[in-house]
Amino acid sequence: MKVTAKVAGYEIRDVIRSRWLIGYTAFFLVITDALFRFGGGGEKALLSLVNVVLLLIPLVAMVFSTVYLYAAREFIELLLAQPIKRRQVYTGLYVGLALPLSLSFVAAVCIPFVLHRGITNTQPGTFVALLLAGIALTLIFTALAFLIVARTEDRIRGLGLAVASWLFLAVLYDGVVLLLISIMADHPIERPLIALMLANPMDLARVSLLLQFDVAALLGYTGAVMQKFFGRSIGVAVTSLALGVWVFAPFLAGLRAFQKKDF
Amino acid sequence: MIEARHVTKTFGKLRVLDDLSLSISPRRITGLIGPNAAGKTTLAKIILGLTKADAGTLEIAGTAIGIDDSYRSRIGYMPQMARFPENLSARELIEMLTDLRHPETPVDDELVERFDFGGALDKPIRVLSGGTRQKVNAVIAFLFRPDLLILDEPTAGLDPVSSGILKDKIFAEKAAGKTFLLTSHIMSELDELADDVAFINEGKVAFSGALTELKRVTRQSNLERAIAEMMKRGAAA
Repeated sequence: MKVTAKVAGYEIRDVIRSRWLIGYTAFFLVITDALFRFGGGGEKALLSLVNVVLLLIPLVAMVFSTVYLYAAREFIELLLAQPIKRRQVYTGLYVGLALPLSLSFVAAVCIPFVLHRGITNTQPGTFVALLLAGIALTLIFTALAFLIVARTEDRIRGLGLAVASWLFLAVLYDGVVLLLISIMADHPIERPLIALMLANPMDLARVSLLLQFDVAALLGYTGAVMQKFFGRSIGVAVTSLALGVWVFAPFLAGLRAFQKKDF
Repeated sequence: MIEARHVTKTFGKLRVLDDLSLSISPRRITGLIGPNAAGKTTLAKIILGLTKADAGTLEIAGTAIGIDDSYRSRIGYMPQMARFPENLSARELIEMLTDLRHPETPVDDELVERFDFGGALDKPIRVLSGGTRQKVNAVIAFLFRPDLLILDEPTAGLDPVSSGILKDKIFAEKAAGKTFLLTSHIMSELDELADDVAFINEGKVAFSGALTELKRVTRQSNLERAIAEMMKRGAAA
């Protein structure tokens, strides 16, 4: 535990000096500030922010982590040549990436929110839900990046796989769902649809957030089914649980691959 | 010091180490020689536990590796390519490793003083030249006073002065009872440093023994010619 924290600590010192992370924070800061300034404050600004969060966080977490891990390969070898366990190195590396990414997002969103406190009339609960969803997505897509890097030797293929996964989950998945709905229009497809939603972390995060907003029109088909099927509070519980599974499953699969890997 | 028995390692279809058995004597410098892709680095990485052998056993000072990770506290490793976190300084890196290993004895920073780093220790590693990074790499290998040092192409990229400092350090530590496993493509360098040589070809040990013995067997006066002779004989056989 101590060793893991030390590995994470030094990695954080490296990561927070990265220009990419500084750029990421600045981008969120500007976007959030602009949305509050010109979006009239309140729910509307927050809803626009939801869309940015849902698309951008997975992409940045995935690409940044993949690039960082491939570049750190020799450094990881150096760590593994020390008398410490692979599990400690892996966990330390994960925390050292996921923590600064989450914190820079939280800071970049919170600062404008507090500054514009006067003009916003948002429920604090909704805002906290947005922060939690952003953190969950960061944790999930960082873990997915760890899984990809642990299993893919070639860095170009690994990076390609990361971007392709993002593209699939963010864009193509909805198309597939819609296609299924139109094909199966005559059948009761509520249950399979919920399974489909649980299988996509971005869909999950979107639904769990929009359940908070009470804007059924924006829920999309899976979200509407979700709300009808579970009701609001159980819906939130189910999606939160599923998001938790989405953090641990790729993290543990990545750990397994990392422990067997040849460096 | 190191006892490898029947070690086999394949990457896909490529058999990098093929039933390799090798014994490395303590308190001596063993040069690991072989053509490119002969399995030298793979063997070094298996000793460190970075790569896992498919079959065979490896003992270091009588303890089998792979049971726990504490044996690595007695090994210093200088990898072939030194790349460190770009935004940390060398001083932070040294602090970090010291912090991770929490050695009982004070660290050996003689090389920090001997290599004249100037202000380079406090600059981010990304702005350092290849040679300076290699010096940092060397400092780290000796830092924790290990009994066994595995140096992969240690003088690559070093200027003659720094290379001389490193060789002096290697000789001094050998005199103090340390064991070295050394790979290099520069035969004259191994000629100067090594007591023993292990010649690896196609994943097997083609020759293992004292450098003087190799020269006697091949009737050559320097290592480069002796190895060339070995390779010729290997091709003929």
